Amino acid sequence: MSIGRFLIIVATTYLGLLAVTFFIGRVIPIDPVLAIVGDRAPAYVVERTREELGLNLPYWQQFLLYVKGVFQGDFGRSVLTTNPVMEDIRRVFPATVELATLGTLIGALIGVPLGVLAAVKRGSVIDQIVRVIGLIGYSVPIFWLGLLALLVFYARLRWTAGPGRIDVVFEYTFTPITGFYLLDSVLRRDWAAFRDIFAHIVLPASLLGYFSLAYISRMTRSFMLNELSQEYIVAARAKGLSETRIIWAHALRNAAVPLVTVIALSYAGLLEGSVLTETVFAWPGLGLYITDSLQNADMNAVLGGTIVIGSVFIGINLFADLLYRTLDPRTRNA
Amino acid sequence: MMMGKINGRVRVLLAGAALSALVLTGAPAYAETPADTLVLAWAIDDIITLDPAESFEISAGEMMGNSYDRLVRFDPADPSNIYGDIAESWTVSDDGKTFTFKIKPGLKFASGNPVTAEDVAFSIQRVVKLDKSPAFILTQFGLTKDNVDENAKATDASTFVFVTDQAYAPTFVLNCLTSNPAAVVDKKLVLEHVEAVTPSEENKFDNDFGYAWLKTNYAGSGPMKIRDWRANEILVLERNDNYYGDKAPLARVIYRHVKESATQRLMLESGDIDIARNLSPNDLDAVSANENLAVTSTPKGTVYYISLNQKNETLAKPEVRQAFKYLVDYDGIGETLIKGIGEINQTFLPKGMLGWADDKPFKLDVAKAKELLAAAGVPEGFSVTMDVRNTQPVTGIAESFQQSLAEAGIKMEIIPGDGKQTLTKYRARNHDMYIGQWGVDYWDPHSNADTFTSNPDNADDASSKTLAWRNAWDIPELTAETKSAVVEPDSAKRVEIYKSLQKKFVETSPFVMIYQQTEVAGVRKAVQNFKLGPSSDTTYVYKVSKN
Amino acid sequence: MSLATMTRRDWLLSERPQSRMQARLGRTYVTWRRFSVNRLALAGLAIILALLVVAALADVISPYSPVIGDLRGSRLLPPGPEHWLGTDGQGRDILSRLIHGSRLTLFVVVLVAIIAAPVGLLVGTVAGYAGGWTDAILMRMTDIFLAFPKLILALAFVAALGPGIENAVLAIAITSWPPYARIARAETMTVRNSDYIAAVRLMGASPLRIVILHIMPLCISSLIVRVTLDMAGIILTAAGLGFLGLGAQPPLPEWGAMIADGRRFILDQWWVAAAPGFAILIVSLGFNLLGDGLRDALDPRGGGQ
Repeated sequence: MSIGRFLIIVATTYLGLLAVTFFIGRVIPIDPVLAIVGDRAPAYVVERTREELGLNLPYWQQFLLYVKGVFQGDFGRSVLTTNPVMEDIRRVFPATVELATLGTLIGALIGVPLGVLAAVKRGSVIDQIVRVIGLIGYSVPIFWLGLLALLVFYARLRWTAGPGRIDVVFEYTFTPITGFYLLDSVLRRDWAAFRDIFAHIVLPASLLGYFSLAYISRMTRSFMLNELSQEYIVAARAKGLSETRIIWAHALRNAAVPLVTVIALSYAGLLEGSVLTETVFAWPGLGLYITDSLQNADMNAVLGGTIVIGSVFIGINLFADLLYRTLDPRTRNA
Repeated sequence: MMMGKINGRVRVLLAGAALSALVLTGAPAYAETPADTLVLAWAIDDIITLDPAESFEISAGEMMGNSYDRLVRFDPADPSNIYGDIAESWTVSDDGKTFTFKIKPGLKFASGNPVTAEDVAFSIQRVVKLDKSPAFILTQFGLTKDNVDENAKATDASTFVFVTDQAYAPTFVLNCLTSNPAAVVDKKLVLEHVEAVTPSEENKFDNDFGYAWLKTNYAGSGPMKIRDWRANEILVLERNDNYYGDKAPLARVIYRHVKESATQRLMLESGDIDIARNLSPNDLDAVSANENLAVTSTPKGTVYYISLNQKNETLAKPEVRQAFKYLVDYDGIGETLIKGIGEINQTFLPKGMLGWADDKPFKLDVAKAKELLAAAGVPEGFSVTMDVRNTQPVTGIAESFQQSLAEAGIKMEIIPGDGKQTLTKYRARNHDMYIGQWGVDYWDPHSNADTFTSNPDNADDASSKTLAWRNAWDIPELTAETKSAVVEPDSAKRVEIYKSLQKKFVETSPFVMIYQQTEVAGVRKAVQNFKLGPSSDTTYVYKVSKN
Repeated sequence: MSLATMTRRDWLLSERPQSRMQARLGRTYVTWRRFSVNRLALAGLAIILALLVVAALADVISPYSPVIGDLRGSRLLPPGPEHWLGTDGQGRDILSRLIHGSRLTLFVVVLVAIIAAPVGLLVGTVAGYAGGWTDAILMRMTDIFLAFPKLILALAFVAALGPGIENAVLAIAITSWPPYARIARAETMTVRNSDYIAAVRLMGASPLRIVILHIMPLCISSLIVRVTLDMAGIILTAAGLGFLGLGAQPPLPEWGAMIADGRRFILDQWWVAAAPGFAILIVSLGFNLLGDGLRDALDPRGGGQ
């Protein structure tokens, strides 16, 4: 693909993204002025605010104004938080990224070995168990599992901390640096905060981890089966290499490229899956930000948030695609 | 009860496992909040500004009440008792139009600037000139952008004069002056932060009166300072050491935004917070059964109702309006869905308000309702829709109402939506029926009468869109009577007018009044002196101490 | 094994089918045999069949009304002999609500499939067959929709359309067609230049006719597998919307909305939220097992057993 064509594709996708979100924002049956001035505002305040926001202009003019703003990096101001949307997103996005990253880590660290095991012991009880674990992961409503997990591990057993990211106690002793709290607490050598932050993130991250585990273990199994049937494996066996070495050093290494792609895609999936998880765990991330804004017709915030998530989606997909193309010998030759 | 039992058993069984897990995750099983800090969990996502000239939201009201002084306040224990806050005394002229306030000497803002009559005048003028949503509470006395400099002014450093356009009931004027828009802001500090604006046809002023700055900042003299606010996350109040009265015992009050009742209860039980503010009836039961916790409650100035749009011909029939009032399972709802969080109330005034009529003429009576429906010419019922926002307890009430309507042959479809969405439709008068609530804007019966029994112009483009207007209830006589109540100087006669209004309202209105909200909070035993006020700005957290 | 079945089996497995029908039946039989050795897949099929039966007989088998409850008499009762799964916050029998809710689940799944699959099929085949600008524009549209996180897009659409189960169906359908279009396009590309299509074209068939009569049928089997595999996802998305209060309207016993409702009681009356979540789990597991089995059976090269 030539660079020019590639850029055109990305640009049109973005424009479409903008148009669709903008369209949704304008047909939504909520009066955006209401969110700003409240229910009690006299009629003339409502009208004045409507004009100030440019909501009395024709839609195409509003759209042009909006696109112009976005190109200048200005998503407008959020009604709910009164901050510029960009500022809000900069604050909430790290929370989502932190959660999704930890989730993917858990998913990959457990999912890959499970998948390998299932492939090696193909058809065995272990294989069946891994398969069922995976399928349940695909089938369970994440918000329900989250509720039950909170009930069991927080309310009843008190093994973990509750909803939210950090206890209010740390609110004024702990100052974030990067916005990734786990990292920040390590940087600040604040171990009490670290324990608290970890106790908060462990439940939602494990939950997301389970989801990516379901996907990753399944794909790992299938890649490994593919590799294990290749001739070089037979050759390696003939050379008398140990089975462990064959599996981990040879087969898995060759399956690594598609696996990395799969993990990247599962990462993108988790960013999305975090919408419901964040609702259940009151996690102050981008997913919660978007749903909250949506329910309040805070369209600038919704549009900004959706564009950011959309961009990350496009970015990760491109990354996975490029990775596959450049690293995989088969596609390179093809 | 049950929770306690299970919990106990689980704790014994799993103590060992839990301990080892604690080492792993490091979660403090029973955390405690710092001794000098009060932590509250509350849904504070309604706050959109910290500017008293614009703030009109329930939770913001509490922040204003604790952080901004005003001329007068009312006693939460006895709302009819009005006392001077920064006003030392006041007099009313013989014609009833001029109110003269003497300011207490030696007061200081949190910034260190002195509090003078000049600040009071600036604050009132600022509200009128900015003209945001709550400004009507002051402009209803005839203040305009042009005359406010004259009618709300300081005659010397300690004298503030307030002039109304006609003689109103003095109680009414003073009640309005206890409300948030009458909060006193630090003129000097605000003027340091004004932004220049270009004067226009509509806005003749060349600066924004600190509007942009005050949205997220603080310039008051109250017992607490607002230190920090992150929308939808947290709001922090800090002790104001310049406060004239008794200093707050606690150094800090932190409001943490938590929506879910169950979550709040868990945090309360585990000691992550001191006070939970949005407990549902279920969780209240559990909290009151817990020996470490207590429940406190107070009737609030918010009433819940179902309204029938009079643009719908069937709903406009007087008999149909009355029939609906017999189709609410008041007792069932009172004992379950709103147990502890509300009390059945069938009039538009909340209990505790001047002139409240303690009269409950309706109960669930399907036979009677059927009679009325037959008299209205719709004996076999009809179909109708109701817009319901998807929060409890209104959804539950709507579903209960749906069932009793079905018994009378009326098929009601529930159209759920989130708050803003149903409200948008309601405000455009596009609904059949609507279930909602109305909280008083200021502690005076006129606040509710003005919206439930007043509709000066029923046209679609009317300038005054009261609740009566929203339901197209055209009532010239009641509107006139409502108006007469605010200019009645004699308190006893004023009460009589409100009694009469309520009687007519109950007999004819398209409003099925259901209950009055009781605000409740779950409180840890260590917390002392936490009392919920009847209005949002009279819940004084600055009085709280801990032991 | 009896003679009759032997012969029928032989007929089905004949190397030289006498008719098109025999060939087709034979292929189906082989697929079924591959499918039926997979016990998990059979379990999935059983779950879906049970769901169909329950939905069809909902009025007969549910012990109570799903929408009428006794606020004062039977609120939040724990599971017991009277109410097997307990009652909810409005005093309604949860089992009865689950049983009636199965209809809503089927309604959503079937309707989304009926709307999204044909749209995807049409867009994909037209794009694949026409090529050039048509292809570029249609695929660009597909990519735009794919660039959105599905749930957020569905959320936004429901917010715009207003809550309600029909709107939820529409929103999910809007977000589910792009992958179908991709699949259909890929299939179309492989057959577009085949001799068979060339022959039809030479006979003077119009492009529309070729697409509808000759290309679409070829894409259907891979599409069916994909749709079956997606069904669980559709159920979960619908439940997610219901959970966020944007799905079915009360008093409809939609499972996701039931979980959202039970959330209030999770600490003391856990069964109110637990039961519907379990129902969703079982049914979407059923669809996943079925889809998995179907894929393995139809495509023996795939990663299955």
